Amino acid sequence: MHQFTTHTGIGVPLRRSNVDTDQIIPAVYLKRVTRTGFEDGLFAAWRKDETFVLNHDSYAAGSVLVAGPDFGTGSSREHAVWALMDYGFRVVLSSRFADIFRGNSGKGGLLTAQLDQSDIELIWKYLENEPGASVTVDLVSRTVTAGDIVATFEVDDYTRWRLLEGLDDISLTLRHEQDITDFEAGRPAHKPTTVTA
Amino acid sequence: MAGTLAEKLWESHVVHQAEGEPDLLYIDLHLIHEVTSPQAFDGLRLAGRQVRRPDLTLATEDHNVPTTPGPITDLVSKTQVETLRRNCEEFGVRLYPMGDAEQGIVHVVGPQLGLTQPGMTVVCGDSHTSTHGAFGALAFGIGTSEVEHVLATQTLPLKPFRTMAITVEGELQPGVTAKDIVLAVIAKIGTGGGQGYVLEYRGSAIRALSMEARMTVCNMSIEAGARAGMIAPDQTTFDYLQGRDHAPKGADWDAAVAEWSQLKSDDDAVFDEEVVLDASTLTPFVTWGTNPGQGLPLGESVPDPETLGDDNAKAAAQHALEYMGLTPGTPLREIKVDTVFVGSCTNGRIEDLRAAADVVKGRKVADGVRMLVVPGSARVRVQAEEEGLDQVFTAAGAEWRLPGCSMCLGMNPDQLAPGERSASTSNRNFEGRQGKGGRTHLVSPLVAAATALRGTLSSPADLDAADAADADRLVGTSEGSR
Repeated sequence: MHQFTTHTGIGVPLRRSNVDTDQIIPAVYLKRVTRTGFEDGLFAAWRKDETFVLNHDSYAAGSVLVAGPDFGTGSSREHAVWALMDYGFRVVLSSRFADIFRGNSGKGGLLTAQLDQSDIELIWKYLENEPGASVTVDLVSRTVTAGDIVATFEVDDYTRWRLLEGLDDISLTLRHEQDITDFEAGRPAHKPTTVTA
Repeated sequence: MAGTLAEKLWESHVVHQAEGEPDLLYIDLHLIHEVTSPQAFDGLRLAGRQVRRPDLTLATEDHNVPTTPGPITDLVSKTQVETLRRNCEEFGVRLYPMGDAEQGIVHVVGPQLGLTQPGMTVVCGDSHTSTHGAFGALAFGIGTSEVEHVLATQTLPLKPFRTMAITVEGELQPGVTAKDIVLAVIAKIGTGGGQGYVLEYRGSAIRALSMEARMTVCNMSIEAGARAGMIAPDQTTFDYLQGRDHAPKGADWDAAVAEWSQLKSDDDAVFDEEVVLDASTLTPFVTWGTNPGQGLPLGESVPDPETLGDDNAKAAAQHALEYMGLTPGTPLREIKVDTVFVGSCTNGRIEDLRAAADVVKGRKVADGVRMLVVPGSARVRVQAEEEGLDQVFTAAGAEWRLPGCSMCLGMNPDQLAPGERSASTSNRNFEGRQGKGGRTHLVSPLVAAATALRGTLSSPADLDAADAADADRLVGTSEGSR
C-alpha cells in the first residue's frame, strides 16, 4: 500500500445518494480470480448511459469522487474498493459512508473523507462549472481545496495514521514480525507440517 | 484463573497483545481451496510478498470438481482450478489436485492425514472449517483478505469470541446419529443463536461419539451462526490420530498426548452461555424449510407458520413453505423426494458411507429416485471399495461417484433442477444453493438411505416395520394355504 499524504486530481461530481456496492460493481464481476482489473466493472450499469458523469471527457480521468450521502451501502464486497482504485480513484468525498465500505477502504488504501453536505454542494457546483478542475486533498491538514473552496474533512485517527504510513493489515502485522519469529521458535516439535509425511 | 478450552487455545496462540488492538494469533494449519484463494495469492504477488509458511499450508481442489470422470467443462470452474494450480506451483504450496490419491474435500482431507490435531489453530477460506474443532482445535472460516493475511504472516488479528457450552447427556436411541444431534441443537438455538460464540460440545452423548461423528457435529456449528465448534480431546481422539501420516511419532507422540490430555475446560470454568440437551429423547431429525434451523423430528408434520414464533419467524416459515412446495399438516414421512445425496464435508466419511450401505444392502432404490453416493475424499473412496460398499450401492441402483463437494453447492455439475426435491446429508438447505429452485431436506446418512429406498422421507425403522408387515403377510398366506 502506498503512503498517502496529499493528492491532487480531477474531481468528479456524482450527484447521487445511497450509492450501494452493487452499483459500484455488480455481482457478475465477482467471479474473477484476479485482485486487479476491476475498472471495467466500476459503475458498470450507469456507464451504459452516455450522460453519466464518467462518460464526459473532462471527468473520465478523475481521481477524486465527490458523492452524495450514504456512499458504499449494501453487500460487504471488497471488490467495490478495488474497482474504484483500479479505475484511478484515490479519494471519495461524501457526507456519510457505510461502515463496512469505510473499513474496506482503509484496508485497501482508498481515502474516504467525510465533509459537511454543504461543502459537498459547493464542490459539486464548482466542478460542474469548471469540468476537469482539480481538487487537492491533504490528509496531513485534513483539508480539501477546490478553487476558492477550502473545507476540512473528518477521518478517524487510526485510518489516517495507516494511510499516512502506507500500512495495510499485513504491513501492520509485520511490524510484529520478531514476535512471530519468536513464537515460532517456541512451538512444540510435535506440531505437524504439510510437507513431511 | 479457570478457563474454557477455547480460552486456553486462544491464550496459547497469542503472538502479540496490546491495549486497544485486536490480539494477533498464530495459525498452525492453513487449508486452501480453489474458490477463496485466487485473489489472496494475487494480493501477495502485487505486494511482492511470499507465503511465510508453505509447510503449514495445504491446498486441495473440491468445490468445482465434477464427480463423474472427465475434465471440468465449466469455464469459471476451470479457471479457478487452474489458477490454484499455478499459485501453488509459484508459491511452493503442496496441492492435492483432482485425480490425486489424497484429493478430497478440504475438511475430510486434513483430519484423515492426521494434520488436524488437538490444541491447534486451523483456518480455511470456508465456513465449514469448524469441522476440525472435533479434535479440540480452534478452527474457523475466514474471508479472502484474511487468507492473504495468513499466507503472508501465518497470523490473524482477531477480536475475542464468547463461549457457549452445549451439553448433551444421555444415550442416543438406535438410528439416531450425530447429524440428528446437531440439527436438534440448531433448531433449539436458531441459526443466529451461536453468533459471536465458540461452541463447546460436551456431555456423555458427545463423549460416546466416534471422531467422524464428532466432526459432523462441529461441522454444522456455523449453521447456528457460531464462529467455531469444538470438543475436548480424549482417548477416542488419540486413537483416531495414532499412526496417521502426519501424526507425531515415537517420543513426539508421547509428548503430544501428554500435552493434549490437558486440553479441557476447567471444572469451574464459566461459559457466557449454556445449553443442555437430553440425547435419549432425540429421534431422527429432518429439515422442512430453507435454513438449517427449520427442522423437526421425522415423526412430526410440516408446521403451520401461524404457530411459529414472532411475525418474522412466521413470514420466514411461510416463504420457506412456498419455496419448498409444502402444505402445513403434511406428515414429514409422506414427503416424496426425487434425489438422495450422501456425501459432503458433513457426512462424506467412511462411517457415513458404511451406515448408508448397511441400510441399502440387499434392497433397491425406489423407482423414480436417483441416489448419489459421493465419498468425501479419494481415500474414503478407496477404502469403501475395499469394503465392497460401492458394490452395495450400485447393486441397489445408486450412483457411485468420484470425491468432491458435489451436490452440497451448485458450483459443479451435480445440481438439482427447479422444483426437484432432495434428501441430503449436506449442511445447507438455502434457496437455490443446490441449483435454482432446488428443494433440499437435510438428513442423516441413515435417513438418506432409508428415504432412497422408500421414496419418501423415512428412517431405517420404517423399513423394518415394512419388512415385518411383509413377513406377517407371508406367514399369513402360508398358513391360509395349509
